[in-house]
Amino acid sequence: MTNQPWQVQIKIQRQRAGEKPYVQAFALEVDPDEYVLDAVERIWAFHDRTLTYRHACHHSTCGACGMRVNGREKLTCITTIRSVTQNGGTIRIDPLRNFPVVSDLVVDMGDFFLRMNKSDFNSVAPDNAARLPYEHPKKLETQTEGEPERLVDCIECGLCISACPAANTDKEYVGPAVLAAIHLMYTQNPSQKLINQADDHSGLWRCHSAYECTEVCPSGVDPAWRIMDMRKTVFKDRVKSIIKPRLPEKKDA
Amino acid sequence: MKTTPPSAIIIGAGFTGCALAYDLAQRGFAVMVVERGELASGTSGRTHGLLHSGARYCVTDAEAAIECIQENIILRRIAKQCIEYNGGYFVALDDADLGYAPAFFQGVQNCGIPVDEISVKRALEAEPALNPKILTAFQVPDAAFDPLRLAMAFAASARQHGAKFNTFFDVVGFLRDGQGKICGVSAINRHSGKPVDFHADITVNATGAWAGKVAEFAGVTVPVRPTPGVMVAYEKRVTTRVINRLCEPDDGDILLPQRRMAVIGTTSFEVEEADYIPVYPDQVKQMHQRAALLVPELENIKMRGAYMSARPLIGGMMSGRSLSRTFKCYDHQTDEGINGLVTVTGGKATTCRAMAEKTADLVCQKLGWQRVCETAQYPLADYHLYYQANEAAA
Ligand SMILES: Cc1cc2nc3c(=O)[nH]c(=O)nc-3n(C[C@H](O)[C@H](O)[C@H](O)COP(=O)(O)OP(=O)(O)OC[C@H]3O[C@@H](n4cnc5c(N)ncnc54)[C@H](O)[C@@H]3O)c2cc1C
Ligand code: SF4
Repeated sequence: MTNQPWQVQIKIQRQRAGEKPYVQAFALEVDPDEYVLDAVERIWAFHDRTLTYRHACHHSTCGACGMRVNGREKLTCITTIRSVTQNGGTIRIDPLRNFPVVSDLVVDMGDFFLRMNKSDFNSVAPDNAARLPYEHPKKLETQTEGEPERLVDCIECGLCISACPAANTDKEYVGPAVLAAIHLMYTQNPSQKLINQADDHSGLWRCHSAYECTEVCPSGVDPAWRIMDMRKTVFKDRVKSIIKPRLPEKKDA
Repeated sequence: MKTTPPSAIIIGAGFTGCALAYDLAQRGFAVMVVERGELASGTSGRTHGLLHSGARYCVTDAEAAIECIQENIILRRIAKQCIEYNGGYFVALDDADLGYAPAFFQGVQNCGIPVDEISVKRALEAEPALNPKILTAFQVPDAAFDPLRLAMAFAASARQHGAKFNTFFDVVGFLRDGQGKICGVSAINRHSGKPVDFHADITVNATGAWAGKVAEFAGVTVPVRPTPGVMVAYEKRVTTRVINRLCEPDDGDILLPQRRMAVIGTTSFEVEEADYIPVYPDQVKQMHQRAALLVPELENIKMRGAYMSARPLIGGMMSGRSLSRTFKCYDHQTDEGINGLVTVTGGKATTCRAMAEKTADLVCQKLGWQRVCETAQYPLADYHLYYQANEAAA
C-alpha cells in the first residue's frame, strides 16, 4: 500500500429520514488499495458529519457495511477502491435494495434478522458442518467434546437479498440468506419444521434461480446452491409423504 | 431507600455500554442508550476478537490476567452463540521466547489459567500450518468472538429487560437542573437531523476512547489517550486455534482464526483524535512479517482487509476510582462536584461484563438502589432479538 494517490469522485445517495433522496458528490484523494469503507468513513470524519452508514468490524466478519457500489452489492470493508474505479474515476454508492432505508446508507435489518432467527440460525457450528457440503467429501459427524467449531460463513450482510430479483418484486419472499440458513441448519439437524419452513409459501419456490445471490455473497455461503439442494430435500419429503402420508399432527405448525 | 426504579442514560453502545445497559436494565433501571453510530461502530466492532484466557498478561499484569480468565469462563457460558472456542497455543520461536517460558508457566498457574505443556510433535500434528521450527508449545483456553454479535447479544438481553437503544443519536451536550446536577443529554437524531433531549436520574459516559471528549461537554477532564493498533485479515483460516507468540506482549504477537480467516494483530501508539485513524502501510507490512513467523504459508496468502482501532488508554494522575487496575470509573461528583455523571473507560472486550457489573454497583450505590448483579448467571438473549420491538424512543 505505497501507491501514488488517486483522485476520485464519490457520489453518495443521501436521504434524510422521511425526505426525498438526492445524490451528493465528494472529491477525495485516495490510496487505490484502501477500502471503499475507509473512504466513506473519511467523508464522515472530514467532509460531512451528517453522513450516516453502518459499519463495525472492518474485516468482513460482521456484515454491517453492505452497500451498492456502482450498482453492485459489496461488502465495502473488503472492497478496494482499485477494484471499482480508476484514477480520476467515479464511485457511486447507494444503500442496499429490498430493505427500508432509514437514512443515507443505513437500512433497517430488523425484519431480516428476525426471519433469520426463526430459522434457528446458529452463528457457531462444528467446523465440518460450517463448511459447504460439496467442499468436503467427509460425512457430517456429530460433534464430540473438543471437536473444532467456528463461526459459520453467513454474516447476515443482506447483499444476497439486495441483489435478488425475486426479492425485489416479491415482498413476501424471505430471500436467499434465510433459505441458506434453513439449509445449513438442516444439514446439522434435520427436522420437519425446517422442511416446512423452506416449503412455506414465502420460501423456496419463489426463487427464480437467477444465482445473483451466490454472485454477490462475500462470504462463500453459496445460497443459490443451498436453495437448489434444499429443493431436492423438500421434493423427496413430498414424494415420501405421498407414498406414506404424514400424520397431520406430525406436521410442524 | 428508593422504591420507584431509577432511570439511566448510557452514552456509547460499544461492549461497555451494551453490557452496562443489560446489567442496569436487569437490576430494574429504565435504561436509554444513546449512540452516535451503529452498535459497536467505535472500537468494539474493530477489536481483534480474542476472548483472552489471560495468559497474554500473566507475567506483566497478573490482575488483568485473573480478570480475563474469570470473564473468559463466564462469557463462554453466557455468550456461546458468538464465540468459537478452540483454545490457543503459546509457541516459542527462538531462545529468547524459550527463556520466557518458565516465567510464563509460573504466571499462568499463579493466575489460575488452565495450561498444558504439549510436545512440539503434538502441536504440529494438531496445527500443521504452524512454523515447524517452534521450540515449545503451551495450550490455554483462548477463543475468538464475533464483535458485532457479542455487542448485539448484550443489547438484545438489555432490550428484553426494557432498555431502549437510540443508535445514530449524537450526544452534543448535557442537561442540568436548577442545582447544576446533570439530568440528561442533548443529542442530534442523525437520521433526521433534529435535536432531542433525553432525561434521566443518572448519565453514564461509556464512550471509550472518546470519553475525554464527551466529558468535556460537562466541563470535566477524563485523561484517556486514544491508543490505536492495526489488524490484518487473511483470506484463509490457517489454524484451528489461536496462536500466540510466547513472549511479553509485543507487536503482532497474536494470530486469531475467525470464520474462514486468520487475523494478525496488533500494534500500539498514541493519537490525539480517534474519529479517523489511517491504516499505515508500514504497520501492515510489519504485521505481515510477524504473521509469517508464526505460520509461514501466510507469506503468500492474500490479505482480505486491514483495519485500525483505538484503545481507551488511561493516563495521568487522576483521582478516578480504580475499580480495577484495568479500567476506571470516574464519579464526577466526588472528583469534581458534578452530580449525576459517571464515566467508565478502559478495559477489554473480554472483561466488559465485569466492567459493567462494577459500574452498575457504583451507580446503584449512588442512587441508593439495592439490587445485585445477575448477568453472570443466565445465557444472553439470541443476538437477533436486538431487533425485536425495535421502537425508537424519539
Ligand atoms: C487494536 C485493538 C485490539 C483489541 N483487541 C482486543 C481483543 O482481542 N480482546 C479483547 O478483549 N479486547 C481487545 N481490545 C480492547 C477492546 O476492543 C476495547 O476495550 C473495547 O472495545 C472498548 O469498548 P467500549 O465500549 O468501552 O468503547 P467503544 O467500543 O469505542 O464504544 C464507545 C462508543 O461511544 C460512541 N460515542 C463516541 N462519542 C459519542 C457521542 N458524542 N455521542 C454518542 N455516542 C458516542 C462511539 O461511537 C462508540 O461506539 C482491543 C483494542 C484495540 C484498540
Ligand atoms: S448468504 Fe452471503 S450475501 Fe447473503 S446475507 Fe449471508 S453472507 Fe451475506
